[in-house]
Amino acid sequence: MSTIASLQIGEIGYISEETLDSIPLKLLEMGCLPGAEVQLIQIAPLNDPIYICVNGSHLAIRTETAAQIKILKSE
Amino acid sequence: MANKHIKVALIGNPNTGKTLLFNQLTGLNQKVGNYPGVTVDKKEGLSKLSSTQTAIITDLPGTYSINPTSMDESIVLKTLLKKDIKESPDVILVVADIENLKRNLLLFSQIKDLEIPTVLAINMVDQMHKKGISIDVSVLKEELNTEVILISAKKNEGIKEVKEAIIRCHVAAKASPLCGINHKIDPDYFAKLKEISPNHTLYELWLMITQNNFPETITASEKAALLSFKQDISKLKKYQHKETIYRYQEINRILKKTYLVDKSKASDVRSKLDKIFTHKIFGYIIFFLILLVIFQSIFDWASVPMDFIDGLFAHFSELAKEALPVGVFTDLLTDGIIPGIGGVVIFIPQIAILFLFIAILEETGYMSRVVFLMDKIMRRFGMNGKSVIPLISGTACAIPAIMATRTIGNWKERLITILVVPFTTCSARLPVYAILIALIIPDTKIFGLLNLQGLVLLSLYALGFGTAILAGYILHKTLNINSKSFFVIEMPNYKIPSFKNVFFEVVEKTKAFVFGAGKIILALSIVLWFLASNGSSDFKNAEKNVTNMEVSKNLPSEELDKKIASYKLENSYIGMLGKSIEPVIKPLGYDWKIAIALITSFAAREVFVGTLATIYSVEANDDDVTTIKQKMASEMNPETGEKRFNFPVGMSLLIFYAFAMQCMATLAIVKKETKTWKWPLIQLVSMGLLAYVSSLIIYQILS
Repeated sequence: MSTIASLQIGEIGYISEETLDSIPLKLLEMGCLPGAEVQLIQIAPLNDPIYICVNGSHLAIRTETAAQIKILKSE
Repeated sequence: MANKHIKVALIGNPNTGKTLLFNQLTGLNQKVGNYPGVTVDKKEGLSKLSSTQTAIITDLPGTYSINPTSMDESIVLKTLLKKDIKESPDVILVVADIENLKRNLLLFSQIKDLEIPTVLAINMVDQMHKKGISIDVSVLKEELNTEVILISAKKNEGIKEVKEAIIRCHVAAKASPLCGINHKIDPDYFAKLKEISPNHTLYELWLMITQNNFPETITASEKAALLSFKQDISKLKKYQHKETIYRYQEINRILKKTYLVDKSKASDVRSKLDKIFTHKIFGYIIFFLILLVIFQSIFDWASVPMDFIDGLFAHFSELAKEALPVGVFTDLLTDGIIPGIGGVVIFIPQIAILFLFIAILEETGYMSRVVFLMDKIMRRFGMNGKSVIPLISGTACAIPAIMATRTIGNWKERLITILVVPFTTCSARLPVYAILIALIIPDTKIFGLLNLQGLVLLSLYALGFGTAILAGYILHKTLNINSKSFFVIEMPNYKIPSFKNVFFEVVEKTKAFVFGAGKIILALSIVLWFLASNGSSDFKNAEKNVTNMEVSKNLPSEELDKKIASYKLENSYIGMLGKSIEPVIKPLGYDWKIAIALITSFAAREVFVGTLATIYSVEANDDDVTTIKQKMASEMNPETGEKRFNFPVGMSLLIFYAFAMQCMATLAIVKKETKTWKWPLIQLVSMGLLAYVSSLIIYQILS
């Protein structure tokens, strides 16, 4: 299954319902909710951190965290 | 109720314009203090709500929720949990940004559940039409069961309405909760929790157990009962997740009725700017150019007002000397107090310019992009992207820089940043570097373009920054601290900075420096003056002793006076102190006079120059007008017959000042921030050792 870390720049995914427990509380609070749309905006040099837009919030998170959050891609 | 201030706490997500609203409400009636028990700055201001009612407004750090992950955020929780009844707010003013209303309402819903009267101010409504947003305030008011005011802090719109709402809210009865976590998640569990204390709301009790934060208002038996809920940690975590999702469901339900966004109207300036500023190559080039401009201005532009201040204080000193009668008090004033204050005030231009740039970069939203670009690189050295701001601030002064580490959530990364910040070249090193470089490095151009003295100064900055990074790497590999690394930052929308905010920020940071470091430096100047103008019986009998000496017999009176002054200094308390440590520092190429300056500048580096000035001016006659630099240049080493400040000694001193931890104020702030003497002591000893050994090697090689 894909995670936020596997998105390409510009690609959109939806946070999977089953991943709830692996999302840190802080990210949940900032809008990374199951079902929310995530778009990858930019990847920093050395491939970390990544810059995403989720649920209207523009956030930078580390790939390590992004790899824990499963998504469904919109084909 | 007239004449009694309403206590208002200002809370909101970062980047919502909270600080600007605070500035609009309070104007110049602000003061910065410390929160009792914690060292975070507390910004308070007096606001006139109506002709009869005033409010004390406290600006709390920006936070996304009341589940804190950094020190800044934990202040909000502590304030809300009424740790101290006197400090607890009567009304909470939540600031939200119209564009991110959904996320902002999460914090609002948590605060509402604490059942404290709350006013919601939705900011930046001037942007509403441009962004295609429409909002039904009356429905929102009803759904949220609270006062809702649309404002534009930047355009000063809606401020009056906010003030009126605060008064209404204060008079009204107790507020009711919004989401009520109890019935939706696990009713039995929360019913049991509620039974523990009748004096606290359910949500307060829930925060106490999830945040492990128990206010004084809770009794011992209640606390024990609460702790029993902590046994099943995984359950707590699960319920916290559920709570958040439930809150968002409620918020979505409410916003569906009241809030509409027409996405076709959204502008795309932000993504275009982000493409440039976070670009893998251009991003770094832009950042580097900005740094270059900052440093250029600190050194070039700041030198004009600094020279002016320097001259001004010298003038003051002279004026006082002429106007006042000769005596101990005049001496204290002209040789102790005035130069002491001057030594602090002279740094104001540099510090103000640096913080001006930092405030502008933060306000525009650019700093978050720097954090994004630098995170991975900084992580190799045990820090994170957020450490960049303290490291840049450190070039002005380590004290505000160390305070700026509070936003770093990971303790190990924060600690490493605190420990290495003093290596970056702060402005207090600058006068020391400047005078030593002027003494030992010729003022020549290389390749007809670069100034050699400037190049040496630049190398010293590079040395400081390089050592900070290297020390970070060593600490990263050696410190065995288990600290969960979690990193998230919001990339705010680009904004044109508010003049008012930038101005207040610069004034506040500069004030913090002047009064923080100033007290110590001034106190030291006075102690120093006392130690230099008092001494043993030899000191008191200086005149007699010198006149009785064989060599003094046929000297002209002018020469004799010089000899007496020099003899006095040698036998003053400070001279005795310097002589006693001379053997230790002799291998570095220093004598007892430099030793005195070393001792005193352990309090603050810039005191070095002042001390030498005192030593040489105490020694010289009053009407001797040669500057300190000329005095240092003409000082001879009696053992070698060479100049005292020759190339090896100068280099040795430069290296010593680059490394040694000579700043009491920094040690004090590190103690406060780490809550133990362990880390400041480690800093003091290891940096001192590094300084001693490096200077020893440099001197021995060069001489």
